[in-house]
Parts: sequence; structure tokens; C-alpha cells
Amino acid sequence: MLAKGVYMIISNVRKQSDIQPVMDRKKLMNNIIKHRQIYILLAPGFLFLVLFKFVPMWGLILAFKEYNPFAGILASKWVGFKFFIELFSDKNFYIMLRNTLIINLFGLIFFFPLPIILSVMLNEIRHESFKRITQSIVYLPHFLSWVVIASMTFFFFSVDTGVVNKAIINLGGTPISFLSNPALFWPLITIQTIWREMGWGTIILLASITGIDPQRYEAAVIDGATRWQQIWYITLPGIMPTIVVLLILRLGHVADVSLEQILLMQNPLVISVAEVFDTYAFSQGVQRGLISIGVTVGMFKSVINLVLVLYSNYIIKKTGQDGIF
Amino acid sequence: MSFVYRKKMTPGDYVNYGILTIIALFCLFPFIYVFSVSFTDPKVYVPLQLYVFPKKWSLEAYRYILSTNSFVNSLKSTVFVTAIGTVLSLFFTFTFAYALTRQSLPGRRFFMGCVIVTLLFNAGIVPNYLLVKNLGLINSLWSLILISLTNAWSIIVVKSFMNSLPAELEEAAIIDGASDMGVFWKIIIPLSIPSIASFTLFFAVGYWNTYFNAMMYLSDSKKWTLQVLVKTLVIDSSSISVGQMGSTDTNSLPQETIRMSSVVLAMAPILVLYPFLQRYFVKGVMIGAIKG
Repeated sequence: MLAKGVYMIISNVRKQSDIQPVMDRKKLMNNIIKHRQIYILLAPGFLFLVLFKFVPMWGLILAFKEYNPFAGILASKWVGFKFFIELFSDKNFYIMLRNTLIINLFGLIFFFPLPIILSVMLNEIRHESFKRITQSIVYLPHFLSWVVIASMTFFFFSVDTGVVNKAIINLGGTPISFLSNPALFWPLITIQTIWREMGWGTIILLASITGIDPQRYEAAVIDGATRWQQIWYITLPGIMPTIVVLLILRLGHVADVSLEQILLMQNPLVISVAEVFDTYAFSQGVQRGLISIGVTVGMFKSVINLVLVLYSNYIIKKTGQDGIF
Repeated sequence: MSFVYRKKMTPGDYVNYGILTIIALFCLFPFIYVFSVSFTDPKVYVPLQLYVFPKKWSLEAYRYILSTNSFVNSLKSTVFVTAIGTVLSLFFTFTFAYALTRQSLPGRRFFMGCVIVTLLFNAGIVPNYLLVKNLGLINSLWSLILISLTNAWSIIVVKSFMNSLPAELEEAAIIDGASDMGVFWKIIIPLSIPSIASFTLFFAVGYWNTYFNAMMYLSDSKKWTLQVLVKTLVIDSSSISVGQMGSTDTNSLPQETIRMSSVVLAMAPILVLYPFLQRYFVKGVMIGAIKG
């Protein structure tokens, strides 16, 4: 009788650490079921991410395999870092690297300061209607596709029918082939970027300027500061944090030269200055079917991108701003 | 704005207005030129002459290009992709973003992490191409829609927006017995209309302007979207002459006017929607800027 009682007590009293995982799992299951409708809402987007973002990442394995279309991805032969070694010893690699870096450099020197200057200028305008109209006009190019912009570039700079060359001919000069001259490729790309993004880039900066404390200007006026002094000592320092963040973000995207922009302006005569990683991955991987090289180049670019973005985010956080994450 | 009691314009002001006007003209001039030539009567257009305003107005170039099969087909393709793509993108983005706002959702951090990962890293052109090929979507317009259904930035911005909505309305609905779905469709969505408007424009412009994916995935020229057609017409100008476009019109017209009219049509919807685009996009950029 006593033994039966003891047995009953022992079998019913279980240790807390035995029950807890089971209870946690039960709580979790209940929680999941409670949120079942949310999961239904989550499903479409999640399935999309899995199928179109994560599944292709498996394809990156082809950077380490010799792709055999008949064998498929799994059965293709493993070759380790062969393609990476091939890539780094190919002189094309260094050409692509150089082109990417120089296009970025041009953008940094010639494009980056312009929205800053433009936003300060717009800020000094007191006629609201002039300001609004000008802003509307300079924002417009941002919405155009690269095909339209490249087409306009051709309409302006082509050697036979371009506006610029027509003007040159009318003034008695000889036409310049802008579009097939390698020396002019980088400037042309930069001009396109300026035309398209100069106005749009002022949005963030103008928003930043409105965040500057008006009392600082009042104090400056009382102290007799000229408008130039106000701009130099108040406005510019006021937007400096924003400029720094923009600069660092820009550096995080060095590897990301706009594919469509470059691709549309490429032609066999300028390819030596116009090849970048993405265009190479496209021409070799997709057009020529050299799958593994294409994957290798793309993977290299994505990894560089990742490293730069993470590093630039780290730097932003060190300057005291909020990073992207 | 600079705080100054200024009653008259200084010389510096005049210079400022002057330079800004020049910049505005710099932005405008390509539009003016392309419009001008496209509306020029082809019969009076002399290729070597420089035009700023049409010598003689005419819709001839437009009449011609809209009569070609290639152009009309490309319009159909583009409208299909843009319309369906925009609707689907809105659906996929807003449902996912709302789910992520639910703090109590088990695994929320994991799903958020998935989104961030796509922000940082992508598989690249070739793996994506292989995927589309293996799904049998090569040469299907659906390939253009399905690969762009949503993206990390949109999800994050919409999620921020939803988080800024007042919680009381949701709470009141739940007290009244609404289900999660009910709250989403009957409360959140109506409150999200500004965001929906912004993103409708954002997605529509994105789909309309797509060139690279369309060029890569559509091998049949009958399925080409507008941007691809314009590219072959203008940029590959030696490879396809205007006369090969399958029109019933047998007159040979100067190519320039027709090329320009095709470019104008390629940007027409954007220009028409521009007042809305400008207002909502600017707001979106500001919100994104605060986030970033």
C-alpha cells in the first residue's frame, strides 16, 4: 500500500527541468497556431524570397564546379578554386577592376559635390515658385529609364546625327566620334549620371538643411555675418553629418556600377574602358554560356559588395550615426 | 532657410538665379530637342540641320510608329508586365511587411534577418538566369514579373510606415473581435493608402523602365517590351532599319524623327504621371532618409 502510494507520488511529480522543454514547445506551438493568419500573410513574400533570392545562392556552388549542362549542378565536377585562380590571373580582371574604380572616382570627384552645391543654392532662393519649378525640372531626369537616357546621349553625341556634331559641322569643324572614343567614355558616363541624379540628390540634402536651427542664423546676423559667411559657417557644417553618411554609403557601393547604364553605352570600340564585373558576367556567363566563369565573377563582385557595405556600416556607426542595421 | 531680413536682391542673388536657370535648362534641353524633332514633319526634316523648334509640326512620325506591329506588340507586353507586376508587387510587399510588424510573431527576427540578407548579398546574374531557365520561364513575360515581386528596401519602408500607424485602431478592432486578417484588410490597408499610392508609382515606374531583365529573358522579338525595342531601334541603329518594323506604310521616312518619337513614347507615361510621382516619391525619399 505504501509502495503503491510512493510509486504514484514519484510518477506524478516530475522535475521542473523535465517539464520545461515540453511546456516551451507546447507554448510555441500554441503561439504559432495563434498567429496562423499572420503566417498566411507572411507566406507569399517569404516564398518569393526563398525561391528567387535564396535558391539562386545555391547556384554559387558552380564557382567551384566545372558546369556540365548534361550532368546538372550536383553532378558537375568539383574543381575547387580553379576558376578564381583563372580569374585573378586573367588580365581582364584587372581591367574590370580598374574601370570600376575609375568610374567610381569620376563619380566621386565630379558628381558627388554637385547635389551639395545645388541644394545650398536652392536654399538661398526666396521666390518659392522659382524654387519649386526648378526643383520639378531637375528631379525629372531621375525617373527616366537608362534606355531613354542612352538614346538621348546618342541623339546628342552620335557622329552623324548628333546635335553636338551638327553644331560643330555648322561652325565649320570636323565631327568628333564621341561614342566610339575610349578616352571619352568615362566622361560621358559621368555626364549621364550628373544629368540624371544631380537634382534628385538634393532631396536628402535640402531636408537636412531645413533641420538646421534657425537661431544659429539669427545669431549670425546679429553678429553681422554676410550671407557667404552664413553659408560657410552654418549651412555647410550643418549638413556635414548627412554628407559624411552619404559619402560612406557611396563607398559601400563601389562595386555596384550601374549595369544597364554601362551595358547600353558599350560597344566593341570602347570595351577596354567599359567592361565591369557585371557586364563581363553577363557576356561570358549568359551570352557565351561560360557558366562557371560567369558565376565566379558575379560571386566575387557580390562578396566585395558585402564586405564594403558591412565595413561602411561599421564606420557610420563609429561616427555616431545610426547605421542601416 | 537662411534667416535674414533681406529686402532687395544682391548681385550674388542674381548670379544664383542665373546659374540655377542654366542648370534647369541643361536638364530640360534634351527633352525639348527630342520632342521637337519627333513632332517635326519628316518631309521637311533635313538630317544635317540643327533644330530647336519644329520647322513644321506634324504627327507623322507618331502615326508611323504606332502603325507598326513591333511597336504595338511591345506596348502590349510592357503594359501587361507593368499592370500585373504592380498589383502583385503591392500584394507581396504589403502582406509581408505587415506580418513583420507583429512583435509577437514567433520567428519574426528570423524573417527580418532573411530580408536583411537579401539587402547585403545577391547571387548574381548567372545564378538568377539559371533559375529562370530551370523554371521554364525563358521567353515568358512572367519571368519579368516574378523576379521583381518585392525587394528588401520596399518591405522595410512599408514596415516602417505601418509601425507609425496609431495602435489604438488596431486594438479597438481586436477588442471588437476582429481576426488578424480582418485587422489587416479592414484597418491597416485603408490606413496605408498613402503608402500604397507611393509604391504603386514606384513599382509601376520600375516595371515600365526595365531593360536588362527583359533583354536577357525574352528571346522572341515579338515579346519584347518597349525599352528593348527602343534600344534596338535607336542604339543599334545600324542593325534594324525603321522599314523592317512591319508597318503597312511603305513610305520611307527619315529615321531620326521616328526614333525620337519612339523614345518620347517610351517615357510618355512617366511624364504624364510626373506630378504624382514627384510628390509621393519625394516624401518616400524623406522617409527612407530618416530611416537610413
